[in-house]
Amino acid sequence: MSELKLMKGNEALAEAAIRAGADAYFGYPITPQSEVIEYLMSERPEQRTGMVVLQAESEIAAINMVYGAASTAKRVMTSSSSPGISLKLEGISYLAGAELPAVIVNVVRGGPGLGTIQPSQADYFQSVKGGGHGDYKLYVLAPASVQEMADFVEDAFEMAFKYRNPVLILSDGLIGQMMEKVVLKDQKKRLTNEEIIEKYGSWAVTGKKGRERNIITSLDLQSEKMEARVHRLMKKYEQMEKEDLRYEKILCDDADYLIVAYGSSARISQKAVELAREKGIKVGLLRPITLFPYPKKPLFELADQVKGILSVELNAGQMVEDVKLAVEHKVPVEHFGRTGGIIHTPEEILEALEQKIIKNGSVRYHKTRESSIL
Amino acid sequence: MEVLDIIKPENQVYCKTPLMTDATLSYCPGCGHGTAHNLTMEVIDELGIAEDTIGVAPVGCSVLAYDFMNIDMTQAAHGRAPAVATAIARTWPEKYVFTYQGDGDLAAIGTAETIHACNRGENIVIIFINNGIYGMTGGQMAPTTLEGMRSSTSPYGREIKTMGSPIKMTELIANLPGVYYATRQAVHTHKHVRKAKKAIKTAFENVKNKKGLSFIEIVSNCNSGWKMTPNDANIWMEENMFPYFPLGDIKVNGKLK
Repeated sequence: MSELKLMKGNEALAEAAIRAGADAYFGYPITPQSEVIEYLMSERPEQRTGMVVLQAESEIAAINMVYGAASTAKRVMTSSSSPGISLKLEGISYLAGAELPAVIVNVVRGGPGLGTIQPSQADYFQSVKGGGHGDYKLYVLAPASVQEMADFVEDAFEMAFKYRNPVLILSDGLIGQMMEKVVLKDQKKRLTNEEIIEKYGSWAVTGKKGRERNIITSLDLQSEKMEARVHRLMKKYEQMEKEDLRYEKILCDDADYLIVAYGSSARISQKAVELAREKGIKVGLLRPITLFPYPKKPLFELADQVKGILSVELNAGQMVEDVKLAVEHKVPVEHFGRTGGIIHTPEEILEALEQKIIKNGSVRYHKTRESSIL
Repeated sequence: MEVLDIIKPENQVYCKTPLMTDATLSYCPGCGHGTAHNLTMEVIDELGIAEDTIGVAPVGCSVLAYDFMNIDMTQAAHGRAPAVATAIARTWPEKYVFTYQGDGDLAAIGTAETIHACNRGENIVIIFINNGIYGMTGGQMAPTTLEGMRSSTSPYGREIKTMGSPIKMTELIANLPGVYYATRQAVHTHKHVRKAKKAIKTAFENVKNKKGLSFIEIVSNCNSGWKMTPNDANIWMEENMFPYFPLGDIKVNGKLK
């Protein structure tokens, strides 16, 4: 039976992991996501479903424990917040290189450095441009509600195993800490070891019973082989763009202006869209749900319709670069964001839209165009 | 009967374990890694657990251990093998899980993972090859490099005042309650090979009996890193490494010796 509950985002994610049939969680405490491991420990998932939960000695150990369990095709996840994710990046690169399925959650806080424990979206570049070393991408899901914190866990495992690639749930301190009602799905059964061997025996290291041995590695000392491995990864990422791009269009059909925002910024921007429409300004919102793959085509098409685009983010301007790349200079694109853990208000967003896009943006843009033609 | 009539597979009394592949070892001639690999695989073969064993390869000279050990293996990031093994052993408690690591991997960059896996008493085997140098990267100073010993990053010899003392990892971890068995062995003579094999067998039997962590250090040579002939390297090892890293059991059945 599904169940309606009032929960924190972090708790909903943890409960959803148990219900999704996760086999293991390895983590290390860090604000603002410590509730994930606290909730898991208090729920005794070992007794509920047989799920293993272990507090590691470090973020580095935790991600490498994830690598170990993922090598055996167990459904495994970890969670952390920004400085902790920086520590995990070596392991994440190895997971991508060795083509292992795993779910990683980043409940983002402000940076750089120790930064602040307040919400932020300043890890966008780190999440979608690689972060660790080498040519790789993560499939990145950005929840904008407590409900999505819960729902995306199962989606993330599905994508991780579909592509044998690590999946990142990019949340933030706001979504992680706030309480909302959430519908929790029914308990899914964990796969038995026999089922895992049957399903993933072609690659997982589970002991070589009845088959040739399997090897998990990201190392290829022969350049041609390594290049072939990189090409194989790139093909997966192309397939993600074709088959598993996710976004949401809100009031875009008649929009003269567009806001692009994800996660908590999308929630706040939705209110700004309402305020704008009350004033008679037709604004729409495009919410990327996957940040990689990114909704480039929908943005490119919307750029023919709208006069300008505002990228609203809790950072100093990161996703705005992808918006610009997507619209290929068809319309002016500006960024608005607060940093340091400060959350923008809907009024601030509307004001930024009016100042940066409606009043100045399009005029300045066309002048630049003309002068560049001359 | 001619000699050639006798040389037949069915008459062989000793042969390479099928758990070693036919791949040419990437190690230098005279290096102890090959013997340590072989012993580990022989033990797994003799215990009949090859189909239920998962090995974890490190970063270092033995990064390609999975090319030679004919079992399921995963390759860990530098120093992280005990964390990788922890997760495999926790999620597959009925399997035999071991790591195979060098001194740079286990006693420098992976110190935290080593100590905490030992402290939790993970039901795994750690095989630790200590040759006092970074072989793979070309002979740099290791945490176990002896005082005064020259390496490419201690070209005038290891100076304790600035570089610290060589770390005795096995004595260190033996003090942790989670460690059930800790021993230091060598593989450069027949006598030592027999003892080392027995130790490895004890370790895997401990996993079977869910006793906790077994830690086997093998003091070995690195003739190319030490810039010596294989034979000279073995003599140097006996004269210099063994006094600082004395061979023998340090902890047996959970009790310090």
